[in-house]
Amino acid sequence: MRFRHKSSNEGETKNMPAIEANNLTKRFGTLVAVDHVSFSVKEGEIFGLLGPNGAGKTTIIRMLSTLTRPTEGTASIGGYDVVKEDGKVRELIGLVSEKIILYDRLTAKENLRFFGRLYNIPSELLHKKIDELLRLVKLTKWKNSQVGTFSTGMRQRMNVIRAMLNMPEVLFLDEPTLGLDPQSSVEIREFIRKINRENKVTIILTTHMMVEADMLCDRIGIIDYGKIVALDTSINLKKLVSGADSTILELEIPNLTTDTIHSIQSLKCVSSVSQNNSTRIKVNASGDDAFDTIIDAIRANKGKTTSVKNLEPTLEDVFLQITGHEVRDKADQKIKMHRHHMPKTRVR
Amino acid sequence: MGIKNVISHVFIIAWKDLMELFRNKMALFMLVLMPIFMMAMVGFIFPSNTSMSNVSVALANEDEGYASSMFISVLEGINNSTEMMVLSNASSFDEVRNMIQRGDVEGGIVITRNFTLDLMTGEQGSIIIVTDQSNPQLSIALQTGLNAVFDQMGTVLAQKNVETFPGVNATNSLAVVKPYLVETKGAIPGTFNYFDFMAPGLMAMTVMLSVMTGLPAAISHEREVGTLDGMMVAPIRRLGIILGKTLAQTARGLLQGTLILILAITLFGVNIQGSILLIFALLFLGVFSFVGLGVVITSFAKDQETAMMMMTTLMFPMLFLSGVFFPIQQMPWYMQTISKALPLTYAIMALRKVMVLGADLSAISFEVAVLIGFGTIMTLIALPVFRKAMTK
Repeated sequence: MRFRHKSSNEGETKNMPAIEANNLTKRFGTLVAVDHVSFSVKEGEIFGLLGPNGAGKTTIIRMLSTLTRPTEGTASIGGYDVVKEDGKVRELIGLVSEKIILYDRLTAKENLRFFGRLYNIPSELLHKKIDELLRLVKLTKWKNSQVGTFSTGMRQRMNVIRAMLNMPEVLFLDEPTLGLDPQSSVEIREFIRKINRENKVTIILTTHMMVEADMLCDRIGIIDYGKIVALDTSINLKKLVSGADSTILELEIPNLTTDTIHSIQSLKCVSSVSQNNSTRIKVNASGDDAFDTIIDAIRANKGKTTSVKNLEPTLEDVFLQITGHEVRDKADQKIKMHRHHMPKTRVR
Repeated sequence: MGIKNVISHVFIIAWKDLMELFRNKMALFMLVLMPIFMMAMVGFIFPSNTSMSNVSVALANEDEGYASSMFISVLEGINNSTEMMVLSNASSFDEVRNMIQRGDVEGGIVITRNFTLDLMTGEQGSIIIVTDQSNPQLSIALQTGLNAVFDQMGTVLAQKNVETFPGVNATNSLAVVKPYLVETKGAIPGTFNYFDFMAPGLMAMTVMLSVMTGLPAAISHEREVGTLDGMMVAPIRRLGIILGKTLAQTARGLLQGTLILILAITLFGVNIQGSILLIFALLFLGVFSFVGLGVVITSFAKDQETAMMMMTTLMFPMLFLSGVFFPIQQMPWYMQTISKALPLTYAIMALRKVMVLGADLSAISFEVAVLIGFGTIMTLIALPVFRKAMTK
């Protein structure tokens, strides 16, 4: 049942990636939403696409799930081409899109039955599957209530199990915890991990939340302006920042000035500086005497350091290091970014 | 993915759409209310026959002889029984004109100065009907009504006159004055009113418009809220999605159409001459001829708002050109040409023939062929357009 791959040869199937993208490109008029993206996802892997809103994550998902035709490049799911063999691809995949795919005026059960029947699941099996999935996300009690009356968290749980009805080999999750409260987010993440482990589903998920990518994904592709700028495991990505002997310091300077920041930036041992608020800065530095050099620079500007913290690198730092800007910066400017690509400003 | 699968998907999607509709109480209420309003409007506002009542008319008698007073008493006598006019007195032609200008009356009758004298000296007497040009429809109706009255009165007078001739008496005088009688008879027995003309058009219009507006609205709505992706990502034919949505809209339209039919029969005394089965078959065929157009519009419209605007723009000319309200033959030739390019025209023509004239399938084979042809061509155009638009 599980391996519905194109190739029936066991050995070959094992080596075949679940998802493969080659120079995948999508242009909307003059805007290049996805720019020659190539990657492959192994079977059973949770692969994350991390990046700010408007980076092209959703467009990649839509191309892989046959909803949008690539302008250039190819992609395959389980060995089937997403354009030429879209019918086969559709049988293998499940999609949890950013917008919730449920009908408000239908009950939980009716919604699941509707989508299940589109996959020609025999009614007895479908019945069992629906009960099982509802139990899994603790919604059995509300199975006969209209989805319109559900809370956002409940709707998202429904949205995820809806995509699981056809027992997909590959599950696409587009911002699965967007707009959810922390508790619901945790529940959804646990559920994602559970279906990945127990059903051996290959998962590709997009997120703009570093924590989520860090917690869930085996490998992460960092995407910015439609390009994959880094792709590795979370640990390896962090090594990019913490490198051989680099450190991340958080300094509290009550009388912080721009001159101070500039002089720290100009230090040889410092790779990047970001300002958290009016008195706090985060500095990426390397070298044995980095700490002393930075403190000296602050003193030279008559700055007073009240506290210093040595931080573990986060994916946030990785993103900053690689793209030169913060994820949040860009999320706020989503619309502006969409219109014209602004030159990247590197804090260096 | 065989044809059986497509059909089963069609029904699943239609079921889902109808379920959503039936759970939306307000929409359902409006759905029922719309045909009732439509019927009430058409049934009560449009003139159901040519008779008018209580039209205010000024009567000026410039003549002082006995003939005019006799004429007036006959006129009043006829008017009392028909209640067509409310007569008010005026002194002269000028006053009648002033009264019309002020809006006091809607028309006037002037008996000219030498009316009695002319009659007595063997001249033709003259009566002027004054009309209000700012209300052409009313003036035409008034003119027609008054002419009938005057014609009748003239006949009575003429009869009196000829009875003095040798060989003419009271029994044959009418035949002498009016040697022949014109009688209008319909192709089918019974009286025919404006409503019999309207009902088939209204039915066809309601069913087809509900599909034509409903289909783009339904698809673009689902696209906007994102649920369409749920169907697009499932291994089903695009044709299944279109037909499923169409089936739901057709059911909705037929529900309204049936309601109109019931109201027409019970409240407005419309007689259905042909087979009810054929009527519904024609409505279905009409829907089929429209689906392609609806799908093409859906494909071009980015969102629901655009789709609705495109629909409304197309809808109005189509309504007036397809002969729902006015006979096509009344239009100038170039408009008739456009009218002949619209599928709704043929659907209505065929429906009228069946409902009013009791025609059978063979009598409407041309219209049926046109509808099938139009529908097939439009659907063939629509499918690839839709497929392309959906995977943009």
